[in-house]
Amino acid sequence: MSEAIANGLYGLVAGFLNMHWSNPIMIVVGLVLLYLGIKKDIEPVLLVPIGFGCILVNIPLAGLMDKDGFLRIIYEAGILTELFPLFIFVGIGAMTDFGPLLENPKIFLLGAAGQFGIFLTLALALALGFTKLEAVSIGIIGACDGPTAIYVTSQYAPQLLGAVSVAAYCYMSLVPIIQPPIMRALTTKEEKMINMGTVKKSVSKTTKLLFPLIVTILGGLIAPKGLPLLGTIMLGNFMKECGVVSRLTKASENEIANIVTLLLGISIGATMDGKVFLTPQTLIILVLGFVAICLDTACGVLFGKLLKVVTGGKVNPLIGAAGISAYPMSARVVQKEGQKYDKKNFLLMHAMGANTGGQVGSVMAAAVMLSVLKGMGVI
Amino acid sequence: MDNWTFGITMVVVGMGGTVLTLWILSLLMSFLKRVFPYTKEEK
Repeated sequence: MSEAIANGLYGLVAGFLNMHWSNPIMIVVGLVLLYLGIKKDIEPVLLVPIGFGCILVNIPLAGLMDKDGFLRIIYEAGILTELFPLFIFVGIGAMTDFGPLLENPKIFLLGAAGQFGIFLTLALALALGFTKLEAVSIGIIGACDGPTAIYVTSQYAPQLLGAVSVAAYCYMSLVPIIQPPIMRALTTKEEKMINMGTVKKSVSKTTKLLFPLIVTILGGLIAPKGLPLLGTIMLGNFMKECGVVSRLTKASENEIANIVTLLLGISIGATMDGKVFLTPQTLIILVLGFVAICLDTACGVLFGKLLKVVTGGKVNPLIGAAGISAYPMSARVVQKEGQKYDKKNFLLMHAMGANTGGQVGSVMAAAVMLSVLKGMGVI
Repeated sequence: MDNWTFGITMVVVGMGGTVLTLWILSLLMSFLKRVFPYTKEEK
């Protein structure tokens, strides 16, 4: 009788007794993520489920990530199969207007320069001793694009998924803090004051409609391994531009995107088990992610300076900083910086063009990277 | 393949491939804009 009571009481305290030292720390990390999402408004739709998922998975004996645990089921169904990031991409495509980019197609090149940080960080990660595929996954933080980072990491370095995703989403939301000092340091006052004029509406509906098709076909032929990423974002955009499937477009940008974001967030949080997450490696990944985004910004601005020279001073190098995928935050940062030096300088629409170029650029960079890896026989 | 060769290849081919692909796309888009110009009726 007394043994049964003791066993029963043990069952009630077993959770406390089985706590690993890392679990309370990770519960605090989860609470910090919730705080950042709720109080600081940093990507709340992602940080709230990620933070909550992190708390859930660090409560011992609940077995939520064990076989048949509900978080494991969601993780295997959506992350390991890569479906969640792809569904998100359909929504992103449906929400994005590539008009400002198509007004001035040479801005596409800024979207390429804004991805250089991916490759430079990859090389840095290799130098620090990460394996080839881990380096690829760390470098992809520089895409400044959560779904792309999750897509690549879940395939090639799933053990880093928690750290890479948290870094990708946190730095994406910190763009307004990270970018301005770099932009200021790399441009002169005269360059910051270059007025690019207003964006005239000059893109026909046919061009807008053909754009996603051409990107899909050409991009898919050049980098077939990245076609799922390219194809889904362009499918979303094609549905938006064709105008005859508004129900599907609305569902993609609202219901589907919302449901998938919830499941994606909670699954990422579920990868943040303290025993796996709390390692020096995670800290290095967070630092490398920061370096990647700084390099993206610097390369974008420097490429903007090159375009300024090539075009005879018609391009304001500040818009180069918007050649990353953090849309539309990065474009807003450019607008704000430009107006600090000339209140009548409206760079927003030009920066939006570079920013949407950055969206295509980040997906294309990931696609090119995967195809090069395939070509070299690494994957 | 050693890490050094891999890293250099990824930097050169990856960055070059991304720039080249987007440059081709920008040329195609400029071409499309000429073939299908914006008309006032579209307003």
